[in-house]
Order: sequence, then C-alpha cells, then structure tokens
Amino acid sequence: MGKTVAEKIFDAHLVDRPEENVFVLRLDAVFCHEITTPLAIKDLEARGKDRVFDPDRIKAVIDHVTPAKDSKTAEQGRVLRLWARRHGIRDFFDVGRNGICHALFPEKGFVRPGSTIIMGDSHTCTHGAFGAFAAGMGTTDLEVGILKGVCAFRSPATIKVEILGELKAGVYAKDVILSFIGRIGVNGATDRVIEFSGPVVEKMTMEERMTLCNMAIEAGATSGICAPDRTTVDYLWPFIKDEFSSPEAALAAYREFCPDADAQYEAVISHDVSDLEPMSTFGYKPDQVRPVREMENTPIDQVYIGSCTNGRIEDLRVAAEVLRNRKIADSVRGIVSPATPEVYRRAMEEGLLAAFLDAGFCVANPTCGACLGMSTGVLAEGEVCASTTNRNFSGRMGKGAMVHLVSPATAAASALAGHIVNSTLYRG
Amino acid sequence: MKRFGGKVLFLDRSDINTDEIIPARYLTEPSRESLKPYLLEDIQLEGFSPTKDLAGKGAIVTRANFGCGSSREHAAWALEVNGIELVAAESFARIFRQNMFNCGMLAVSLSPEIIDRLFAEFSGKETEVAVDLEAPSFTFTADGSILEVPFTLSRFEGDLIEAGGWVELADARY
Repeated sequence: MGKTVAEKIFDAHLVDRPEENVFVLRLDAVFCHEITTPLAIKDLEARGKDRVFDPDRIKAVIDHVTPAKDSKTAEQGRVLRLWARRHGIRDFFDVGRNGICHALFPEKGFVRPGSTIIMGDSHTCTHGAFGAFAAGMGTTDLEVGILKGVCAFRSPATIKVEILGELKAGVYAKDVILSFIGRIGVNGATDRVIEFSGPVVEKMTMEERMTLCNMAIEAGATSGICAPDRTTVDYLWPFIKDEFSSPEAALAAYREFCPDADAQYEAVISHDVSDLEPMSTFGYKPDQVRPVREMENTPIDQVYIGSCTNGRIEDLRVAAEVLRNRKIADSVRGIVSPATPEVYRRAMEEGLLAAFLDAGFCVANPTCGACLGMSTGVLAEGEVCASTTNRNFSGRMGKGAMVHLVSPATAAASALAGHIVNSTLYRG
Repeated sequence: MKRFGGKVLFLDRSDINTDEIIPARYLTEPSRESLKPYLLEDIQLEGFSPTKDLAGKGAIVTRANFGCGSSREHAAWALEVNGIELVAAESFARIFRQNMFNCGMLAVSLSPEIIDRLFAEFSGKETEVAVDLEAPSFTFTADGSILEVPFTLSRFEGDLIEAGGWVELADARY
C-alpha cells in the first residue's frame, strides 16, 4: 500500500509505538525561541536534567520581543542566551543576527526534506514547505525534545489538498490559504496533516509555499506539507552542494519523501483558485473570510507588513511595488518588519526600504512583536489593523482591537487608501 | 499523580483559543504561578466574568476545538494554577490536548450529545464532577440531578496521568 509524505517520514524516524495511535519519533532538529523555551530550561534545571540531546541539532533564536522591551523580556533572552552558551549550541541567533524563527531557520538551510522538526511554536508547520514533518508543540514536548531528541505524535492521517487553476494578478499564496481555511474551518484539519499539491503549488516559490504551510495550523493541522521538487532543491542547493554531486542527484534522493501514487488519504479536496479574489478576514477567527471587495471602506488605523507568514523578501517586493511613489493615508500608521537581517539587507539593496520610508512607513527590525501584541506595533482598544500576519483572535494585536488578515499587496494598498481595498487600484 | 474533580465551569462556545485562555502579553511572566490572575481574560463569551466565574472551579465543560491556535503551554498552566486540572469538551486542538496530558492533567473528549445534555441539565447550576479513573467515568451532580458519563483514556494517556507528565516518563523510557 502506498504512503503519504508524513507516513514515509514517520517510518524513517520511528523509535517506539507505545500504543496503536502513538508514534514516538527521533527528531532531526529542535528549534527554540525565548518565549516558550526558558520555562523548559528552568524545569530541566529543577529536575536535575539540564542536558541537551545534541547541541548541533538544536537551533535557538530570540525573536518574539527583540531587542528586549522590559526587564521580563530581557530575562527571557538572558535565560536562553546563557543556556545556549552553556551547552555549546552554536546556532544561536541574538540581537543583530536574529530574525523570525520560521523565516530565519529555512534561510539558514536548517530545514531539509524528510526531516522531523519540533518547536514550541504553533507556526512550526511552516517548514513543511520543504517536505519536512514539522510540528508546533508545547513547552513540555519541547523540553523532552531538548533532553532526549524524541517526540510523541498521533497517527499522521493526511488530507490531500489539490490546488487547481491559475492565480489571477493581485492574488497571492496568502489569499489561497485564507480561502482554504474559510472553506474547511478552524477545526477542519485538527490532528491531520495537510499535503498541498497540484499545479498552483508546483508553480509556487519556496517563500509562497511557506506562506501556504504557515497557516495550516489555523485549520488545526499538525503540519502542512509540500512534496520536495526541483524548486526545493534549487532553494537548498547552496547548503547541500557538498552532500550531492548535482541538483538532480539531490532531487533523486529527496524523491524518497514524495507521496506514492497510491498513497491512502483520509480525504482529497480539490481547491480551484482560478476565480479567487484577494481575501480578508472579518471576525475573530481565521476562517471568517470574505473577498476584500466586500470589506472595502472598512477604516483602518494601522497596517502591519511582516511576520512568519508574510515578512520575506518577495512579500516586501510586492508591497513596495504598490507603495512606490505614493504616500499612505494621514489616518494610517504603517509598519513593516523584514523577517530576518538578510531580508532587511536585500530590501535595502533593492531600494524597497526607501519605497516604504518614502510612503510614510516605519521600518522596524525583524521581530514577531506586533503579530501577537507583545511589542513594535501593539494596537489600542477599538483600533483596526490590516495585517499580513496569521491570527485575528480577540486581543491578538492588542486588547479590544480588531485585526483583518490580508496579503502584503492588500495591506500596502489599504495603507494608501486608509481603508481596506483591493491592490489592483494601485497597479502600474 | 493529580486528583481530579470539583466545581464545574461551563463555557458555551466552540473554538476557544489559547490567546483567549492566556493572552500573549502575559507570556513574559517568569513562572507558572504568576499566570494565575490572567486566566480567560480575553475570552469572547457573553456574560462571562473571570473574577466572578472562576472562583473555586476545578473543571471545565465546553464545546468543540477547545484550545486552538497558539502552542503556548501557558494555557494549560494558567488552568492548573487556578485549580482547574480537568477539561471535558466535544473536541480539542491537538497541541492543547497534548499539553494537558504532558502536564499530567485530563483533557477528555465526550460526544456532542453528552456535551449538549450536560449543558442542558447542569449549566447555570452549582455543578460538581467526581472522577473515577479506574472505570473511567465522570459523575456530574447538581440540585439532586446525577449523571454518570463514561469516557475513554488510552493506555499511553493513562501512563502520562500516572507519571504526572511526559518528562519523567520519556526520560525513563527513551
């Protein structure tokens, strides 16, 4: 019987099966940040187990609130920093070299097809874009991952989602995933893996695939996965060129983690995006989605462009193109946070930061801050934000505030208009 | 191993996320105990008052997909430090559910029919739940009404409850 991507990865990493539906897997990487890791570190210390399974397979970054905004966040950074030093964790990224984990770690080449990755962060599903099985976990699972290099998962029942058709101009990966979550609901893929496939995914860049997989958790999925292909290999080539004689050889090896033609899926869903329009959320749940057209004239106080969903260089290019030679509305505060120092540098070299600054945006440093209402763009009560982030939960970007999730193009256009608007208005 | 049961808090809504259970602005707190005053501070639920409705509660009964969204185990800890170590729901988000068992706490799924019946017969009253882990079953009581509800616990989940969580169990086994 054929197997899905997740089943193949589970087979290759199985350590134990304490019961029918529980699979304990060996981990190829454990990613850490300063919000969920410090209490794992303190708990390990308290238990007399302050050890790490393999310092080379642990990657750590300070990204949620950086530079520290107060004594508490400074302390969280300090705990992570001292722990990384104490255990010889070389891939630790501190202020100046730090970026949003789910943008930084792929950029550093830490994510490979067929690998198993956990992190104390729900958007860890992003890394499935590389054909990895990557899942967000709580602090206790993170703690056990750090200590033992294993994690327990339930059966990797998989939903195959074939994304069909061709995207119209002004419609992006963000619109695709918003429309899909709107269709299946925030509980539509709970405890399931989603395999994204079909012609639209095949044409997507790695950054677009990351946007797609990033929001799989908003439908409840354990991981969103795109099977590895030539696009994956080309992205990874600078990091793997010493491992393989040619990109073709790398692709042949990675094909081991492509789904079999006769793989058994729990469900197969066709999602045709030919007629898809730019989308926006409208309530407090990511499945409350409607076309931007129906949201027009919704006044906004702030536009935020960044996050692990949409803070990469391609996102900034799209937004800057909309903004170039224009000014944002007087009533709007615009904030852009390039997701990593490398994205920041490229945005500077390509003149994108100038376009943002000229339009009236604040260019912030790489951080998760505003997305979860911790720093660098928290909203006041009653305020409204058009945001390229991933969650519109009540209080998410500030107590009593409203978040509308949109693509970078829609966010940029909305900043110009002062209300939510379709980016086609500002094309060319 | 924890002892489960107590007064029941009914939360009549699906998709209650972990940002509602414990907002991100409290994720910088230095200990589990310091999360105590902030439980359910941002919940979108008509008529619910954390200060009034949480006092003395030991269990929650709620609808589908409880604990969706962020992976923050702070949600499970915020419940724990408030004395709530048992949640019975129609269903749970994966990470929240696993976090509960990893901390040696109970997250039990019940059928929509049973959840409906619990809301219909016990919500709005002084309801208590007793837990028999051997059976395993719940006994809900209020104003003379009694309802016994069997539930299932897998062997692995039972091991986690008995070990008081995943860290010691994993360190011993792997």
